[in-house]
Amino acid sequence: MSMSKIIRVTADLLFPFIVIFGFYIVLHGHLTPGGGFQGGAVIATGFILLFAAHRIDDVTCIFGKKLFQNFEAFGLFLFIGTALVAIALGYTFFMNFLANSGGLFGQTVSFGINPGSLNTAGVIPILNLAVGMEVLGGLSIIIIYMTKAIQWQEDLE
Amino acid sequence: MKNIITWVTLVILGVALFYAAWAIPFGSPFTSDMDDYFIAHGQEQTAANNIVTSIVFDYRGFDTLGEACVLFTAVIGVGVLLRLRKKEEDYEYE
Amino acid sequence: MIDNLPYFVVAITIILGIYTILIRKDLIKIIMGLSIIESGVNLFLITIGYRWEGVAPIYTNAPSLQMVMPTVQALTLTSIVIGVATEALMLSMVMLIWRHYKTKDVRKATKLQG
Repeated sequence: MSMSKIIRVTADLLFPFIVIFGFYIVLHGHLTPGGGFQGGAVIATGFILLFAAHRIDDVTCIFGKKLFQNFEAFGLFLFIGTALVAIALGYTFFMNFLANSGGLFGQTVSFGINPGSLNTAGVIPILNLAVGMEVLGGLSIIIIYMTKAIQWQEDLE
Repeated sequence: MKNIITWVTLVILGVALFYAAWAIPFGSPFTSDMDDYFIAHGQEQTAANNIVTSIVFDYRGFDTLGEACVLFTAVIGVGVLLRLRKKEEDYEYE
Repeated sequence: MIDNLPYFVVAITIILGIYTILIRKDLIKIIMGLSIIESGVNLFLITIGYRWEGVAPIYTNAPSLQMVMPTVQALTLTSIVIGVATEALMLSMVMLIWRHYKTKDVRKATKLQG
């Protein structure tokens, strides 16, 4: 069931800030501590806050089950696809073909302490995005299934 | 009888774990050749400032592929176990 | 001997987890014991890679050039995700047992079929 009015309004106000902060952690994975798994868990926390505060049927009309299933499948597909593109270009499996090359994400980094630049590190930001999408879809799907099973059990009695 | 076996097992495991915690030296690992290579050459080979991310996604990316598949399988397993069905549905085997 | 304090914390955590699995009779408490053991093992993995006067292995505005070992932290990331996957499946099975037996006592859910 839904919670009181104060909790519902606070969850609606906090939701965009949590999602943007999680996206920042995912995108700067090669410069600061973080990466795909940690940022994906933070974004999933924002969505689970909505599932806990409102009724599950009201939130499923906007963010349904199909949306998170598509997120998760697309994330895993992007991960394997980026690893297989290296075979099509002539290298071995999982080769970092964009590092030190000058194109997209191709700036070189010299040894030593430096303030980081976002244009570096080759294939790693693309893999961070793929894993972040998969963790977000997976954790949200688990919570949707469990909440619907509890509500169905309560309707039986 | 079962209580005696339980407590004897707990005491033996406790003594073994506390002896191991007392005997391992803290702060000076035995050999660290692989990690010294990663710290010295990670920035020029993968062009990333974060050495842990370059190990997880570039030097050992195959383990991350297996871990993503484990997470996917767990979600499919939860979806199979908690399937909703109607109250008066019976399975007819022909 | 006070230098080894993180290893003593790891030993106490693992002993508490094994005690909870062996003694308690409620299914949810047994799953909590398994989660405590997993937390203890992850802490042990991270504290093995420490060097004296070392900082995090990240080159962006780092205070010094002497860093801790980074390989063990990559292993801990994988271990945490596998722990999450195992616990999701275990909690779903506890829900199914409650729906069928109407009890959470581990001594009463003993039949294999029917």
